[in-house]
Amino acid sequence: MLGKLDWSAIPFAQPIPLFAAGLVMLALLGAAIWVTRRGLWSYLWREWITSVDHKRIGIMYSMLALLMLLRGFIDAIMMRSQQSIAVHGAKGYLPPEHYDQIFSAHGTIMIFFGAMPFIIGLMNFVVPLQLGVRDVAFPTLNSVSFWLTASGALLVNMSLVIGEFARTGWLPYAPLSETTYSPGVGVDYYLWAIQISGAGTLMTGINLVTTILKMRTPGMSYMRMPMFCWTALGSNMLIVAAFPILTATLAMLTLDRYLGFHFFTNEAGGNMMMFVNLIWAWGHPEVYILILPAFGVFSEVFSTFSGKPLFGYRSMVAATLFIVVVSFFVWLHHFFTMGAGADVNAFFGIATSVIAVGTGVKIYNWLFTMVGGRLRFPTPMLWSLAFMVTFVVGGMTGVLMAVPPADFLLHNSMFLVAHFHNVIVGGVIFGAFAGYSFWFPKAFGFQLDERWGKRAFWPSLIGFVLTFGALYVVGLEGMTRRLQRTEVDDWIPWLHVALAGVGFMMLGVAAQAIQLYISIRDRERLRDLTGDPWDGRSLEWSTSSPPPAFNFAVMPDVRGEEAYWGMKRRAIEAQSLGDEPAYESIDMPRNSPTGIVTAFFATLIGFALIWQIWWLAILGFLGTYATFVVFAWRDRDEISVPVEEVTRIDRARRAARARHLGQNDEEPA
Amino acid sequence: MAPEGPIASADLAILLNALAIMLVIVVPTILATLGVAWWYRAGNARAHYRPDFAYSGRVELIVWSIPIMVILFLGGVIWIGSHDLDPGRPIPSRQPPLEVQVVSLDWAWLFIYPEQQVASLNALALPVGVPVHLRLTSASVMNSFFVPRLGSQIYAMNGMETQLSLRADRAGQFYGQSAQFSGDGFSDMHFAVQALPGVGFAQWVKAAQASQSILDDRSFADLGGQHRPIEPSTMRAPQGTLFDAIVAQHIAPAPGPQLGPGGRAQSTPSSSGVQNHAG
Repeated sequence: MLGKLDWSAIPFAQPIPLFAAGLVMLALLGAAIWVTRRGLWSYLWREWITSVDHKRIGIMYSMLALLMLLRGFIDAIMMRSQQSIAVHGAKGYLPPEHYDQIFSAHGTIMIFFGAMPFIIGLMNFVVPLQLGVRDVAFPTLNSVSFWLTASGALLVNMSLVIGEFARTGWLPYAPLSETTYSPGVGVDYYLWAIQISGAGTLMTGINLVTTILKMRTPGMSYMRMPMFCWTALGSNMLIVAAFPILTATLAMLTLDRYLGFHFFTNEAGGNMMMFVNLIWAWGHPEVYILILPAFGVFSEVFSTFSGKPLFGYRSMVAATLFIVVVSFFVWLHHFFTMGAGADVNAFFGIATSVIAVGTGVKIYNWLFTMVGGRLRFPTPMLWSLAFMVTFVVGGMTGVLMAVPPADFLLHNSMFLVAHFHNVIVGGVIFGAFAGYSFWFPKAFGFQLDERWGKRAFWPSLIGFVLTFGALYVVGLEGMTRRLQRTEVDDWIPWLHVALAGVGFMMLGVAAQAIQLYISIRDRERLRDLTGDPWDGRSLEWSTSSPPPAFNFAVMPDVRGEEAYWGMKRRAIEAQSLGDEPAYESIDMPRNSPTGIVTAFFATLIGFALIWQIWWLAILGFLGTYATFVVFAWRDRDEISVPVEEVTRIDRARRAARARHLGQNDEEPA
Repeated sequence: MAPEGPIASADLAILLNALAIMLVIVVPTILATLGVAWWYRAGNARAHYRPDFAYSGRVELIVWSIPIMVILFLGGVIWIGSHDLDPGRPIPSRQPPLEVQVVSLDWAWLFIYPEQQVASLNALALPVGVPVHLRLTSASVMNSFFVPRLGSQIYAMNGMETQLSLRADRAGQFYGQSAQFSGDGFSDMHFAVQALPGVGFAQWVKAAQASQSILDDRSFADLGGQHRPIEPSTMRAPQGTLFDAIVAQHIAPAPGPQLGPGGRAQSTPSSSGVQNHAG
């Protein structure tokens, strides 16, 4: 009846997961009670859960990401403390079976459910606003994408207390991940969680590529798009090209595990290195899927807070597209140690360093964006500067490992661990935080508290340098990754330094939580009345904060690069916002529960397949299909915002702008 | 990092060269970033505000050519280094290389010396100054053979064979490990490399040849399955075909753990002390 599932799946003998799960349940219960008391369920359902508004979906993506980053960070604390304790023959507090799950979950969660949703959340929120349009191309699909990602995250977290998670690392290399060597449900949790959320990510890619190619406001030609839209386009084209490889590779591993195929097995002609090749043919583009939108955020931030256009815009576009193409020619650098031969290694080594040209160009263009500027240093700018300084080092160590003989010493070492945290934390996460503090006032109508923002920034930066600096050193000393305990005395002091760094990062995380709390508490003081708190340059700053559901009462008319900057200049010169436009009623996509219902059934399918509860899996498939049919046969898919409503909302916005224009000639309109 | 042989020295030299080449531009870039950010701060009245400085052909030329030139130079280093230090390339020497066959097990390393007809578990003895030619494979999952102070690592994969040439130039004991995660006992997959002077190595071989235990198909089958940790030992290995039989998969890959209760994998209980917490 219940397949492999019975009560023994709950780890009653292990206090850590049990306690963690208890805490999470209590928090969820508390939240549910609070929502019930305030009578907010219907509001949540109407305005958020069933919302197809790209801004709401973007915010929910970011909230999911913040939660999952926290979960991944707790895993990191456990790993760093285990490695600091388990020396000199001590075993530490995490046995291998548990430790292996933690580092696997840490990587999986941080990449798939932390970094990806954060980046996708920012793109979802910002891209339509910057393009001057009212939503993405496929709003309901967007909601489905989000809820499928949440479904994957739920499955990964369920594995904490029902069964186990993969003990194979965040990429389940065969044959370790085959049934022979991983007979448990851990790898199955991984497979179905990633397949479900991966389907969501692929649909996001299609959605955003279509949006950017087909849905720009009049006058917004390609070469007038803000840099963030360009990097989002690059990133989403990579998603469309690369995620099917991931899906196919994991599907093959699934066939091996469930139906006795032999794609990657030791026996019967399987080839494990084919798995490694395929997974990295997705995996390396994935790195650029993450970092390109972060590059976009930095471009916006440097330009805005330098009070200048982005330097070398065309050059930046070229560098972005260059990275998109070359990112598909470098995957083999993840396994130079396979023994492929000198020519193959040299080719991929050179290709890998060539990709650094694109990044190098970007670094210098940001530098020249600041030259001749009038620089302000609010939190987003601090994250961006910290990125530039640390990323140059991370890029350098990356190119270092692209030199095959150097990689023969550094492959799989803590040096590698330090390198990819250097670029993913220092690049993607700093970028996400820069974007979070930059666009927060746009999303919620009030700014984040600056003082606590800086208090979050400095300990995070110090912790980051300490932890990954120490891991670089211990990696050079020969320490390999994923060790549950160590025997070499020389490494111990560095492991302690790395742990101390984690302590600083904890302060940063706490400060960030406090910042959010204080900002919500003092929201009246921090209110953004104009919609343009940073003296911005692109269209998202032309509408109010938060923007109305339809974003723009009339489609903006773009007459050059930096669309909003131009409008603002013209308004200042004329000391007038211009005539009131002719308002019309606006058709907006109708909210739909399709997303969450699909995700509900997808979670059932995933859970049922993991535990081999076949009837439940069939039920889940039928439910998903029924949801699709119901959606496809809908009668009404749009609601009309009446012209009076549009007029009222936009007049209020214009009034606020006009007041501002009168008050201050320097920061107007 | 303290290299003890030509491969490690060459690996390290190329690492440091590449690092130096890049530091030449990385350090000025970092300093320029901080300097520019400080100089053009809003409060600095002496800094010249140029709100329209957004393009300069000359700057673009420099911006593209600096990274391109560095990468061109580095590309040469990569091409030459990849060929000179290809793991399978023999180390030029007047002495014939010592042949060693390496098999990664769950979770230990088996070293077979076909010419000497001996084998050792979790201990690799080498003569100083003599090139060693390693042939590597795995009895189950993938591992990476790595002795940091001797240099280059390489994967050991079931059903496949890789090759690596190393040489120790000084007597001593070095730390060796697997650098590719291979399951619950991965942390036990470290071993001591003993670089012995010629006489010492000959004695070691002699002692191993006199060993009570013997490595053949049957005793190898006992090494299959998942054990941890395995104490270093030596044995006789009169049968010269074992390694090739593993590579050709005439010996089936070792089994993995059992499926325990609650959908969790359960490793074989260990024979030597370390408790298994699964289940």
